[in-house]
Amino acid sequence: MAEPQDIPNSGPDAAAAQARQFISFRVGDDEFAIDIMAVREIKGWTETTVLPNQQDYMLGVLNLRGTIVPIFDLRCRFGLGLTTATRSHVVIIVAIGGRLLGMLVDAVSDILTVNAADIRPVPDVDQPIDNAFLAGIIPVGDSMVVLLSLENLFANHGPANAAIAA
Amino acid sequence: MSTPSFGSDELAQFRRTFFEECTELLADLEERLGALVAYSSDIEGLNAIFRAVHSVKAGAGAFGYTVLVGFAHRFEALLDRLRDGKAELDERTLTALVAAADVFSALVDLARQGETPADDFGADVAEELSALLDGETRLAAAPSAATCVPTQAASEDRTYRIVFRPNAELFRHANEPLYLIRELKTLGSLAIDCDLARLPPFEAFSPEDSYLGWTMTLRSSSSPADIAEVFEFVDDECELVIEDIATAPTEPEVTAPPPLQEVAKAEATDAPSEGKPSEIKTSDTKTTGKTGSISSIRVDLYRVDRLVNMVGELVIAQAMLAQQFIESRKQDDPGALQGFEHLAGLTRELQECVMAIRMQPVKSVFSRMPRLVRDVGHKTGKDVRLEMSGEQTEVDKTVIEELADPLTHMIRNAVDHGIEDAATRLAAGKPAGGVIRLSAQHAGSNILIHVEDDGAGLDRDRLLAKAIDKGIVPASAKLSAEEIDELIFSPGFSTAAAVTDVSGRGVGMDVVRRNVQALGGRVQVMSTPGKGTRFTLVIPLTLAVLDGMVVAVGWEKYILPLTSIVESFRPGRGQIRVVPGGGEVVSIRGEFVRLIHLARVFGVSEAVADPCQGLVVLIELANGSKLGVVVDELIGQQQVVIKSLQDNYDPVPGISGATILGNGRVALIVDIEELTRLYDRSVRIAEATRLPVAANA
Repeated sequence: MAEPQDIPNSGPDAAAAQARQFISFRVGDDEFAIDIMAVREIKGWTETTVLPNQQDYMLGVLNLRGTIVPIFDLRCRFGLGLTTATRSHVVIIVAIGGRLLGMLVDAVSDILTVNAADIRPVPDVDQPIDNAFLAGIIPVGDSMVVLLSLENLFANHGPANAAIAA
Repeated sequence: MSTPSFGSDELAQFRRTFFEECTELLADLEERLGALVAYSSDIEGLNAIFRAVHSVKAGAGAFGYTVLVGFAHRFEALLDRLRDGKAELDERTLTALVAAADVFSALVDLARQGETPADDFGADVAEELSALLDGETRLAAAPSAATCVPTQAASEDRTYRIVFRPNAELFRHANEPLYLIRELKTLGSLAIDCDLARLPPFEAFSPEDSYLGWTMTLRSSSSPADIAEVFEFVDDECELVIEDIATAPTEPEVTAPPPLQEVAKAEATDAPSEGKPSEIKTSDTKTTGKTGSISSIRVDLYRVDRLVNMVGELVIAQAMLAQQFIESRKQDDPGALQGFEHLAGLTRELQECVMAIRMQPVKSVFSRMPRLVRDVGHKTGKDVRLEMSGEQTEVDKTVIEELADPLTHMIRNAVDHGIEDAATRLAAGKPAGGVIRLSAQHAGSNILIHVEDDGAGLDRDRLLAKAIDKGIVPASAKLSAEEIDELIFSPGFSTAAAVTDVSGRGVGMDVVRRNVQALGGRVQVMSTPGKGTRFTLVIPLTLAVLDGMVVAVGWEKYILPLTSIVESFRPGRGQIRVVPGGGEVVSIRGEFVRLIHLARVFGVSEAVADPCQGLVVLIELANGSKLGVVVDELIGQQQVVIKSLQDNYDPVPGISGATILGNGRVALIVDIEELTRLYDRSVRIAEATRLPVAANA
């Protein structure tokens, strides 16, 4: 990650400025995190209206107080199969580049306050999830939380359209 | 706001306001200009045009757009002569005025974009204006002296004493005495004496008030009316006395000028004896008062849009609440139920009121058309009259903006292709001059716009020949007259024998149809050979709400636009035929209509597959062809608030938008024009995936 690690700590203000907060959540057995600043709201799963001819991880749209918001299945986005959503599943509404979208996850876990310097780069190992989706690793105790890149996850969520139009 | 100097923000704000006003003024100018007829004396129209040019000039001067001011000055001078009757409004002058209006508005545009126009910009038009001005000065000198100022020859130098004492509020109405004085100076030699008597002590000084007064002596050949005109825009905000002291020395009021304090009284009592200038003044204030009497306020469009959105939410919230109540309480509380009905009524009414704010008369688009007809008529050498009706018919602002292009195109076509030349018309026993009728009217939740000409009608033989030539229809095709007429909407179709400057630029009625479709509307053509052609546009009044039919397909609900639905029916077994290639058609009243399964196009599972078990909704597409859409069942008719999917997502083929139903769930609005295309593709894909299997078998 391009986190500024070489800025000298000149006081408590600088330390505070470097502390960032993340929301962590669970998909399957894994813990993931996203920047709390991107999160607009967290709500329980409700049935979506399915949009025709979309990628399978695109679950459809929801009415969020009058705004139509697209919802994506994060597990399916990782290529790990569709989530069988129940009322106990959670949708995290995030804002990316002026657009709102929702991510279906299993459960929200925690709010993490992490010093930017403690975020580790993702090791280049073979893993089921596309490396581009991962932005870093946050060590928490003796386990770890994977920091996601929202931009890369949802930058071009219209490939299904492109494929059909071709 | 007590600082007399303005920050750049404020200046930018003023500039924005200035250009907003320019847009309005220019639109008014254009409209008035369009109404001018050669050799008529439409003084009110000329006055209005003059005022528009002058207001723009005044603002432009304040912001330092010198080229614009210079041009406006000449434009104004010619208008002034016309309204004073010193010049005649002949064809040449009218053409020059129209050209000048174009240059003028182009200059405003350049100024708006912050660009400096080239030195020779509009030079030819400016020269023509000057030529007209010079020519008419010479020609009109004698008669004007006789009619306007009977006692003096116009060319003789006279001396005027001018007392000008603005009211304190002068600056607040964006007037600047300096400009007036400078303009006076252009009339002749000017001696100025400033009167500081009203200047208060410094503690009481308010920087926004005007305190100074001036007594000026002007030697000029101008008439008193010319001088009064310099003050035309401030004459109700000042004390003003204009006296001809050199040529009328015997009048007692003039030889013994009243002290300054009494000037106001003197002016009031002397007004009748002052003659020409005061007459001009009163008639001017009258016309200004009349045109300014429409009471309206200017509101940022964003605020209106927000209001429309909020009310849309309210309608949905109200529907949800009512539905939940009915489901939970099983209607055992008649009082509450009545309350809900009342709330529903109020909400609906509120929504209509808010929608009405966005509604504007189509006049703003229609008013550009007389000018267009004249221009195109000129270029093609045809004598064409435009008759308009229903200009006050109101439609949503966004719709109006989108109407301009299609209408311009159709009117241009009507003049260029529709109306025959004079000789042909006379030979056919018609009057030499053609007539184009443009009308608007409401029809339910749509607006109907007709463009009708009394020309030759569509030349069907040539249309068909051209279509076959271009490969649009096969040579063996047997088409009905209506089907041939429809061909003009085919892409890349232009029948003009020669490509003219006016039409035939390769875009044609197909673009019109596409524009109209984008508005959710339709365009139809009706032609009678030898009698003329009539185009009818049917366009929804607003893009914010839609009358829809809610249909169920599997678990999903979709909205079909009600305007395109003809009927719905459950076909019998014998009505369905499978055509070679796998497609299905349904026969209804002897007509075979193609069937499209919404479930297949949208990939919905658990939907009714057999049309005889579900329903066929018969739809008429914009091109007039019909389509049978197979759905599970009809839920009901409903007015829905249109929401964009594209705020947060990419466009979805076959879906034009979304709405929120009473239960809070999103329902998708079907883009029926896209359905056939999507269906063809899904059939192709299905075939492509089936073929290898067939090969294996």
